[in-house]
Formats: sequence, C-alpha cells, structure tokens
Amino acid sequence: MKIAVCVKEVPDPGPNRRIDPGTLRMDRSGDRSLNAYDLNAVEEGIRLRDAAGDGEVVLVSLGASKALDSIRKGLAMGADRAVLVSDEAAVGSDLVATSYVLAKALEAESPDLVLFGQQASDADGAVLWAAVADRLKMPVISQISELEVADGSITAKRQTEFGYDRIRTSLPAVLAVADSLNEPRYPSLKGIMGAKKKPQDVKSLADVGVDAARAGEAGSRTTVISLSPPESRGGNQKIEDDGNAAQQILDFLVERKLV
Amino acid sequence: MSTLVFLEHHGSSIQKGSLGVLSKAVSLDPDTSAVLIGSGVAPLAEQAGRYGAKQVFVADSESLEAPLPQPRVDVISRLVADKGFGNVLFAASVLGTDIAGGVSARLDAGLNWDLNDLAMDGGALVGKRSALGDTIRADVGWSSEPRLGLIRAGSFDPVESGGSASVEEISADLEDFSTKAVMVDQAHEEQTGPSIEDAEILVTGGRGLGSPEAFSLMEDLASALGGAVASTRAVVDSGWYPYPTQVGQTGKVVSPKLYIGCGVSGAIQHKVGMQTSQVIVSINKDPNAPIFDFSDLGVVGDLQTIVPKLTELVKERRGS
Ligand SMILES: Cc1cc2nc3c(=O)[nH]c(=O)nc-3n(C[C@H](O)[C@H](O)[C@H](O)COP(=O)(O)OP(=O)(O)OC[C@H]3O[C@@H](n4cnc5c(N)ncnc54)[C@H](O)[C@@H]3O)c2cc1C
Ligand SMILES: Nc1ncnc2c1ncn2[C@@H]1O[C@H](COP(=O)(O)O)[C@@H](O)[C@H]1O
Repeated sequence: MKIAVCVKEVPDPGPNRRIDPGTLRMDRSGDRSLNAYDLNAVEEGIRLRDAAGDGEVVLVSLGASKALDSIRKGLAMGADRAVLVSDEAAVGSDLVATSYVLAKALEAESPDLVLFGQQASDADGAVLWAAVADRLKMPVISQISELEVADGSITAKRQTEFGYDRIRTSLPAVLAVADSLNEPRYPSLKGIMGAKKKPQDVKSLADVGVDAARAGEAGSRTTVISLSPPESRGGNQKIEDDGNAAQQILDFLVERKLV
Repeated sequence: MSTLVFLEHHGSSIQKGSLGVLSKAVSLDPDTSAVLIGSGVAPLAEQAGRYGAKQVFVADSESLEAPLPQPRVDVISRLVADKGFGNVLFAASVLGTDIAGGVSARLDAGLNWDLNDLAMDGGALVGKRSALGDTIRADVGWSSEPRLGLIRAGSFDPVESGGSASVEEISADLEDFSTKAVMVDQAHEEQTGPSIEDAEILVTGGRGLGSPEAFSLMEDLASALGGAVASTRAVVDSGWYPYPTQVGQTGKVVSPKLYIGCGVSGAIQHKVGMQTSQVIVSINKDPNAPIFDFSDLGVVGDLQTIVPKLTELVKERRGS
C-alpha cells in the first residue's frame, strides 16, 4: 500500500508565536517543529504500511526549504521518503492555493491513501483535507478516532456534534485522523541517524506542474486586512508549583467564595 | 450582492447555529437565500423563511440522506455557480467545515474560517476572527467572489423575523467520487444522565491524566467540591470517559461558576465550549499550554501530585 502523509512545519506554540505585523503573515523565523497533530498521521501511515507488509510512506509538504529539518522527524519515526514543495512564489498561499499545490504534488505520487493530521496548530483550520480530496476527486473521511482496513476498503469512526458516525469508503481515499487515534512513537537513535540518508526531494512549483499564478498570494483568494490585540479574559494569574500549589488553589477558591 | 446560507439539519430540525448565521446574513444583506440538503427536508423550508431567508433552495433526494459532505459540495457548488451568489456562509460543524473546504476547491473560492463576526465595510464583506489560539484578532477579506465563510459555533443567535420564503427545488446530480463514502452507522443522540450543563462546578480531565484510571482523581475532587466531572474529546475518543461529559465544539457548551481543567491543553475547539465559565482554574505541566491564556488562575505543575492534595484540603475545609 502506498501512503502519502501531508505534514507541515509550524512555529512552536508559546509566547513568541506571532503574526508579522508588516507582512500580516505568520512569523516563521523562530523555533519550529513538525505539527504535533501530524505525528498521529505519520504513525498511522507507518502502521498501515507495516500491516500491509509492503508499500511505502511518503511525507508530502508545502513549506520553506528549511522545513526539511522538521519533516525529518517523520522520516526518523519510520516514513520512507519526503517530498517538499518549496518555492518563493508559494509564500503566502491560502487554502485555495495550498490545496491546489498539494493536490498536484500528490497526483504525481498516485497513492492509495492520503493521510492528514487533525489540524495545523498555526492555522486551526481543520479544513485542508476536504479541499485536497475535492481536487483529487477522492472520497474523504475526517476526524477519525478509529480505523479499520479490510479488503481494499476503510471503515472509520468519527465524532460529530451528535456522537459517533461509522463511515466506509473504497480506496483510494483521503483520511484525516484525530489526535486520539494512536500514540505516535518516539524516533529511535537509529531512526534519527537513518533519516538523514532517506530520499528528501525539494521540488519547485514548476516541478509539480503548478503555474506560479496559482500559488502564493497570486493564487490566493483571501486577505488579512488588519490585526488587533485580543480581548483579555480572566485575571491571568499564573503560578509554578513549588510544593504549595494545592494550598494556593484552595486559598484562591476560598477568596472567590467557591468553597 | 447576494448571500447563500447552508442550513444544516439533524432529524426534523434545523441546527440553531445555522439559523443564527442566517439571521446575521439577513441583517447584512436583504438578498439572502438558504439551501437545505437531505432526504425529506422540504417541510423544513418554511422554518428558514421565518428567519428571514428570501428564497430557500431544496435538494431533496434519498441519495442525500446521510449527512456526508461530498454530495453537498456537488449541490452547493452547482447552485452557487448557477445563481452567482457573492457570499456563501456556513455554521462551523464537522459537516459544515468539510463542505466548505470542498466548495472552496471546486470553485477556487476563498474561505475564511473561525469567523465570530461579520460586517459590511463600504459594500464589502469583512470577517472578524481571532487567530493563534485567540492570542490575536484579525479582520479578513476576500479578493474574489464567491466569498466563503465558516462561522464559529455560538457566534450568532437566531432571530425570527416572521417572513416567508419562496421555495425552489434543485436537482442532486452527484459526482462519482462523491458517493464512494457511505454511512454505515449514523450517530444517535446519546442517553443523557445528569448533565454537565447543569453543574455549578466542573472538574475537567484531559489527556494529561495519562490513563482512564486517573479519572478517579477527578471524581474525588469533584465530589469534595460538590461538582461534576467533564472531559475533552481526546479522552472521549480514546474511550477513557463517556461522550456526554465532553466539553467543546462537538460536545457540550458549559458555563459553570467554576471550571477546573487538569491536563487539558486548551485547544480552541475545547475553549469554545467553556470560555463563558465564571472562574477558570487550570493545572498543566507545560508552561506554554494555551489554557493559561484564558485561566483566572493557572498552575504550572503535575496534576498527579497537586490534585490529591487539593482534594484533601477541600475536604478538611468543608469538614467532611
Ligand atoms: C472539528 C474539531 C472538533 C473538536 N471538538 C472538540 C471538543 O468538542 N472538545 C474537545 O475537548 N476537543 C475537541 N477537538 C479536539 C481538540 O483540538 C484537542 O485535540 C483536544 O481538546 C485535546 O484534548 P486534551 O486537552 O485532553 O489533550 P492534549 O491536547 O493532548 O493535552 C494534554 C495536556 O496535558 C498536559 N499534561 C500531561 N501530563 C500532565 C501532568 N502530569 N500534569 C499536568 N498536566 C499534564 C500536557 O502538557 C497537555 O497540555 C476538536 C477538534 C476538531 C478538529
Ligand atoms: N503546508 C502544508 N503542507 C502539507 N500538509 C499540510 C500543510 N498545511 C496543512 N497540512 C495538513 O493539513 C492538516 C490540516 O491543516 P489545516 O486545515 O491547515 O488546519 C494538517 O494536520 C496537515 O496534515
């Protein structure tokens, strides 16, 4: 079984994460890593490949060329190779542009399965798979918390606002997994050493057959007009436990007349 | 300009979130229509009129019975292309989000998500959203039509305006790939016991508990405080705790006097279910956990040591 896993490098969560007020784009210059939600997709890809007994897991990403540093973590976990589409002309791609570029890169791989993580921690869109599936003309199942593969079909359980649905589809298909589907493995030392030698193709837009006008800001259909600070909520008092936290919580609750 | 609102239904009622979006759309654009898609949905069209839709398009077919996104992408994309709607709005839900993503690709139409307000600025639609876990707010726009928007749950209340809509049936021609996914077993409304929505104090356990057994820590603290236990999707999906206790976008929306989160990261989809709690206390060992951004008291530490101590202190205090 040939499995493509879409992964993204994201800025590390924390106080330094910000949108650049000049470009109105995500500031990607600080500490970065592979989107944690994508580790579940990589893990599932590895397990499905191993259960099938043959095939490969290809990581597919759109991002800056330095994103390979983060993507290598997926190779260290056990994915076979990586394809990174990286091009100055792709900077600032929104959903329309990103889904188009990724679909082109995926078409070239013709995988049996395309896996996505639950959401990108910098975008929180949880929407890209639906757009990519439409471009690939493949069925899609999202938010998967349980997955069964048998006789060339997939049965998946997913949570909606009403409880759990069970949905079945034939392959090829696009699947987006929830963060509860599995426990991603830690790369072993051997895996980390081996990752450097695995194939890592950096492709331009032209390499994947995308006209520059369909990527980046030229190919995007949404704009950011302005930024403003959030409404703050709560007293935002933060303490570190020095052995006395339970007492401090109790004092706080007593003061608020909650105990 | 003209606007189309997708109305999601469950059983024989239209979702409140969709009607809220419809009401907001009508207030911004009198030329607002709605679309209903499913099997046996024609009778719901009248409801849409009452919330101000000028016209309701109905695609009613057995092939549209299951609430799956791709057949709806086919119907909506064709309708939008035929009628030339300028704006197409969806209430964010698992189904609505997947449909919006599909329509975006099919029509090469820009999609802004997580909008919590909409405004008109000199005839142009502007979306208001927060980003990066609500640490920044942004005004967003579209550079071409149609403009697609996904509205965060709970942003707009439905307002009845007492109108009546004209109804037009539309066909359901589906793409081959759109019918490949089939519903095997559709979610049924879960049995409800005592509801977490009624509790004044909620002790919420997340994946940081590490195991289903550790929920006993939550139960002990909740019973000492006279509250109930709630959970996150990650633990419900893992089978650690039952679905009716889940707080968030696909769970319950709660507003207790006190919410205590233990081992909960504070993902945006959880936050939308509890941000109106009066007092929020959180315990998390990661100092960068997003939940600290909206806690009145945030404690960086190990819940395994803090929670049992807190339970004892509360018991002593309450003399039990
Ligand atoms: C469409 C959609 C709908 C969703 N709907 C919902 C919903 O309704 N409700 C919901 O909750 N989620 C929902 N989610 C999922 C959401 O994005 C998160 O994945 C989920 O809320 C994470 O749950 P968690 O906080 O328990 O787990 P995690 O995010 O894994 O967080 C666990 C936390 O525990 C901390 N921790 C670990 N060990 C300890 C310890 N010993 N002591 C203290 N802290 C510790 C960690 O630092 C971490 O911050 C939805 C997602 C999508 C895409
Ligand atoms: N630039 C990208 N390259 C490859 N995959 C991506 C990219 N952005 C997002 N994804 C995938 O899409 C999922 C959902 O992202 P989003 O819809 O942006 O929240 C992520 O978990 C990834 O699997």
